[in-house]
Amino acid sequence: MKVLRPHSVDDALELYERHPDAVPLAGGTDFMVAWNGGSENGRLILDLSALASWRRIRDTPSMLRLGALVTHWQLQQETLVKKKFPLLVDACATIGGRQIQSRGTLGGNIANASPAGDTFAPLAVYDARVRLRSAAGRRKLPFMDVFAGVKKTHLRPGELIELVELDFPKKPARQFFRKVGTRSASAISKTVAAGLLWLRRDGTVRELRFALGSMAPTVRRLYSVESFLLGKKPTPRVVKEAVALLEADVDPIDDLRSTRFYRMEVSRNLLRAFLRSGS
Amino acid sequence: MPKKIELEVMINGQKQVYRGPAFKRLIDVLREDFALTGTKEGCGEGECGSCTVLLDGELVNSCLIPVCQAEGARVETIEALGTPTALDQLQTFFLTKGGAQCGICTPGMIMSAWVYVREGGGSDAASIREALAGNLCRCTGYQHIVESVIATVQASNRRTRKK
Ligand SMILES: Cc1cc2nc3c(=O)[nH]c(=O)nc-3n(C[C@H](O)[C@H](O)[C@H](O)COP(=O)(O)OP(=O)(O)OC[C@H]3O[C@@H](n4cnc5c(N)ncnc54)[C@H](O)[C@@H]3O)c2cc1C
Ligand code: FES
Ligand code: FES
Repeated sequence: MKVLRPHSVDDALELYERHPDAVPLAGGTDFMVAWNGGSENGRLILDLSALASWRRIRDTPSMLRLGALVTHWQLQQETLVKKKFPLLVDACATIGGRQIQSRGTLGGNIANASPAGDTFAPLAVYDARVRLRSAAGRRKLPFMDVFAGVKKTHLRPGELIELVELDFPKKPARQFFRKVGTRSASAISKTVAAGLLWLRRDGTVRELRFALGSMAPTVRRLYSVESFLLGKKPTPRVVKEAVALLEADVDPIDDLRSTRFYRMEVSRNLLRAFLRSGS
Repeated sequence: MPKKIELEVMINGQKQVYRGPAFKRLIDVLREDFALTGTKEGCGEGECGSCTVLLDGELVNSCLIPVCQAEGARVETIEALGTPTALDQLQTFFLTKGGAQCGICTPGMIMSAWVYVREGGGSDAASIREALAGNLCRCTGYQHIVESVIATVQASNRRTRKK
């Protein structure tokens, strides 16, 4: 096992350009499990853990910038994250036990692109942007455009996740996070839901964002449901119609963790619970 | 781009030099290179927490950490608490309250409990169970573990009140 351990971002990008087959290593909570299992023997490792500047959380007047190496534990301690992005904090609190949270990183969670990545539904409803860097330069992707499929991203060879940008949202009327799993500390989730709702003074929907994770190969925003509800009051009849539209937005998977039928049923219940909460 | 490396790491307050493969797991380095066999391996997959140690003060599973990531860091293991003849309070209560049976989960469990107590955690069972959620035990059914931690919290509260 050979390891490259750059201490500056420029060195990291240059090394990755020269060795595009190397595996980036952040907290190792995904990679080391695979390595201990023997499936990654002989790989060249690009250890990112010494890139101190990527561990930082910084704010501007309009947004928060979360470095790729910020851990799930760190996110739960930060006052500004707790105040402005509580759904992300809720999600991080469900990721494994404390040992996994203090090691696992946001960048690793995204790059790993598991269908069960628990930060994804919150990042989807906060309209996150992911900043990528390679020796060739920088680019920015809307969060929803990062994933190409199960365990696949649109990152190019030699490209690393540098940080995640989150615009401060206006205070929502309702916010919602649920993870439906089997055992809280170590179960991979069966379904994760995150929702944000803003209402007009007359009680009609100004804006709605709802995302489901673990349902489909990648996280899904319920765009049909969201646009259907715009300008409407979420009365029981409207909620019923909205829930019926859910099938247009997601096509759940059947896998070892759960069945398609179960996931569909859970998703309808979650959407209903969100739309009815507070009314 | 060496396969073998040399690095310094502070283990239980002592500066140590490690020479060997860069990608050896921290748990193996502790047990094999530094004869600190208190840290146990349960699953080797990050699930059970029996390999829990502190890395720069953070609780981590040492089976998921290649030693190169511990370069220049502080590591604390169960050996940082008491010795067999002078047990730490947590260790004492795990013994007297039945918090340990086969003992495989115990060192990791105590490391998590240590951080819980040190951070000023209270004596309510729900918070203790949450703090220990990353540590699995196949023997005790957890209740005796929770009681061992409660006893420790209460004892240290009594001590601070007396001061
Ligand atoms: C017991 C246990 C329980 C878990 N529970 C959960 C859970 O409940 N929910 C959940 O979502 N996850 C869970 N996980 C998975 C894991 O902890 C998270 O996905 C974590 O966020 C991964 O981050 P990491 O830094 O440890 O990734 P690593 O293992 O270091 O890396 C993961 C992948 O991402 C790539 N990568 C890492 N950083 C970058 C970067 N900056 N740029 C480009 N590529 C990069 C790596 O090459 C690798 O392919 C669990 C894992 C374990 C062992
Ligand atoms: S042996 Fe490390 S978590 Fe189980
Ligand atoms: S005492 Fe045996 S696993 Fe906990």
